[in-house]
Amino acid sequence: MTQTNWDRGAVAQIIEDKKTMPGALLPILHAIQNQIGWIPGEAVTDIAEALNLSRAEVHGVISFYHYFLTTPPGKHVLYLCRAEACQAMGSENLEAHVREKLGIDYHETTADGQFTLEPMYCLGNCACSPSLMINRNVHGRVTPERFDAIISELREYTA
Amino acid sequence: MITVYVPCDSSALALGAEAVANALQLEAARRNLDISLVRNGSRGLYWLEPMVEVETPEGRVAYGPVQAGDVAGLLDAGMLQGSPHALSQGLTAEIPWLKNQERLTFARVGITNPVSLEDYIAHDGYRGLKNALDMAPAAIVDTVTESGLRGRGGAAFPTGIKWRTVLNTPADQKYIVCNADEGDSGTFSDRMIMECDPFVLIEGMTIAGIAVGATRGYIYLRIEYPHAETALNAAIEAALAAGYLGDSILGSSHSFHLEVRMGAGAYVCGEETSLLESLEGKRGLVRFKPPLPAIKGLFGQPTIINNVISLASVPIILDKGGKFYADYGMGRSRGTLPLQLAGNLKRTGLVEKAFGMTLRELLYDYGGGSASGRPIRAVQVGGPLGSYLPESQFDTPLDYEAFAAIWAVLGHGGVVAFDDTVDMARMARYAMEFCAVESCGKCTPCRIGSTRGVEVMDKVIAGEDRDAQLHLLRDLSDTMLNGSLCALGGMTPYPVLSALNHFPEDFGGTGKA
Repeated sequence: MTQTNWDRGAVAQIIEDKKTMPGALLPILHAIQNQIGWIPGEAVTDIAEALNLSRAEVHGVISFYHYFLTTPPGKHVLYLCRAEACQAMGSENLEAHVREKLGIDYHETTADGQFTLEPMYCLGNCACSPSLMINRNVHGRVTPERFDAIISELREYTA
Repeated sequence: MITVYVPCDSSALALGAEAVANALQLEAARRNLDISLVRNGSRGLYWLEPMVEVETPEGRVAYGPVQAGDVAGLLDAGMLQGSPHALSQGLTAEIPWLKNQERLTFARVGITNPVSLEDYIAHDGYRGLKNALDMAPAAIVDTVTESGLRGRGGAAFPTGIKWRTVLNTPADQKYIVCNADEGDSGTFSDRMIMECDPFVLIEGMTIAGIAVGATRGYIYLRIEYPHAETALNAAIEAALAAGYLGDSILGSSHSFHLEVRMGAGAYVCGEETSLLESLEGKRGLVRFKPPLPAIKGLFGQPTIINNVISLASVPIILDKGGKFYADYGMGRSRGTLPLQLAGNLKRTGLVEKAFGMTLRELLYDYGGGSASGRPIRAVQVGGPLGSYLPESQFDTPLDYEAFAAIWAVLGHGGVVAFDDTVDMARMARYAMEFCAVESCGKCTPCRIGSTRGVEVMDKVIAGEDRDAQLHLLRDLSDTMLNGSLCALGGMTPYPVLSALNHFPEDFGGTGKA
C-alpha cells in the first residue's frame, strides 16, 4: 500500500471530508497513512492550513505517536511485540532471529523495499506469546521457523 | 443442519482459526454435510485455541487445539455428532477451567456471534438498558454506586462517585469516553470484550449517557487492535439501525451517539487526561489535575471516562441490581475481576472470578504451572507498571487492598509468569527503558529519570560499582515515585524496586544498598 508518488488530490479530499470533525487531526492522519502508507511532509502543510494550526503543531502531533510514519515504509510493516509476556516466552530470541533474517534493525526497511521492522508494545495476544503483526494480521506462538514461513509466503505473493 | 463454531477472536486467528474455518467449509461441502458455521468469540481457553465447538442435543462439545490439517480426521471420527477424538474436550460447559469461573461481565463471550444483535438480545442483552430507561438518572447512578464497582482500568476509583460528579455538573454537552487503550502487557480482557461481545460495551456506555445526561460518546481504541475496531463498528451500525443508539433511543427522549476513534501507538494515552488530549487531536501530554475530567474533561466539558471492563459491567448491574453484583467479592473489592493469564503458563487465558482467590490458585489451579515445566520464579501482576511478586507472595488474595499492602497492584488484572530463567535485573532495566520510550515528556522525573534509570541499570548489569549504583537507583526511584505527574513515571519504580527487593541476587552488590 506504500506509495512514494502519492496523490495530493486524494489527501486534499481526506482533509476536506474530515476537517470539521471534533478533534479532527488524528482521524485525518490515520486516513492519510491508511491511503498511502505514510504521512508526507507536504501533507503537513495542507493539514495545518485546513485546521488553522501551525505546521509545527501538526508535526508535533505526528512525531508524538509511534504509529505515524514520516518516510515511506516497505511493502509490509512488521510489528514485533517487545513487551513482558512475550519476553517470558522467548521473544528476545525471536527478535534476534528477525533482525538477522531481515538484516535490519527497528525503524529500518530491507534493501529490496519489502519489509519495515517496528517494535510494538503489546498486541493483546499475551496468552499466545510471542506475537507479531503484519498488515493487520496477528500471529501467535511465533517460532523462528514459523517466522521464516510467514516471510517467504509474503515474498511469494508480492514477488 | 448442524451448527459448528469457530472463533473469530484475534488470538484464535493468530493461531490459525481462519484456515480451520475454511477447511471445515470445504470439507463439509465435499462430503455434502449440512453445517452452519458460526464465527463466535473466544471462550478464553487459549491453550485450546483454535477451539471448535459443535452443537449437540446434550450441549456444545469442544475440540481443540484444532489445526486445518485436523479437520478431515475430526469429521471422520464423527465430530459433528460430538463423538470422541484425541482433541475432544467434552462438553464445553463442563470443562472445569470454565465451569468454576464466575462470568458476569463475560457471560456471553465465546457463546454468541459477536456482531449479531439478535444473538445479543437472545442472551439477555439490552435488559439493563430497558431498566435504565424507566429509572431516574440519579437512581441509575445509585445502582452503580450500590454495586461497589471500581474502575477496572487499574486505578480502582469508585465508578458511582465518578458518575455522580458528572451528573451534578451542569453543562450543555457532556461526554462518555471509553478508555480502550489497553496497553498493559499481559492484558487482553478489553480486547476480548470488544471483539467477542461489543454490544455489552455499547450498552454500558448508553446507560452511562442516560445516567448523566451525555449525548455523545467516544471509544478511544488502540491501533494495535484492528479486529476490535471492525467488530465495534459493525455492532455500532447494527445498534443504530435498530434504534438502540442515535436519536430517541427505543422511542425515549434520550439520545446517544457513539464513535470509535483510533489511538496511534502511545502507551501514555491510556492515562485518562493524556487520552482526552489525544481525542482532541493533540499530543498526548498528561494534564494537571484538578480540574478532574468529571468536571472539565473532553473539550472542557464534564466527562465520564471509564475503562472497557467498567462500562461492560454496567449492563448486568442494571439488569440484576447493584446488590447482586456487590454480593461477589471481598472487603472493598466488590464483584468480579476478569483476570488474564499470560506469559510462561501451561494454560493461559481469561478467568473471571469474584475477588478473593489467591494468586497461587490462579497460577497453578487455572494456569497449570509454567509452560516450560521449570519453576515459576516471578510473576508481574497489573501490567508493566506493576510489581514483580516472588513465590513467597503467591498466597496473597486477589484484592485491591491486599495487593496494596504488599506494595503491589492488581491493576487491570494482567498476570505474566516467568520461569527461573528470567534475569530480574534485565526486567528492571526493561521497565526503565519502556518508561523512557513511552514518557509523554511533560514532567522531568519521568522524562529524564527513566533515561538515567536505563543508564544506571546498564552499569549494574555490567558490574560497575554496584553498591553505589543501586543506591542511586533507589534515590532515583524515590524521585520518580513522588515527583511524577502521572502513573507512568510514578509507578515505574514498582517493577524496578520489587525486582531489586525480591531478587537482589540478580543485581549483585553486597546487599547494603
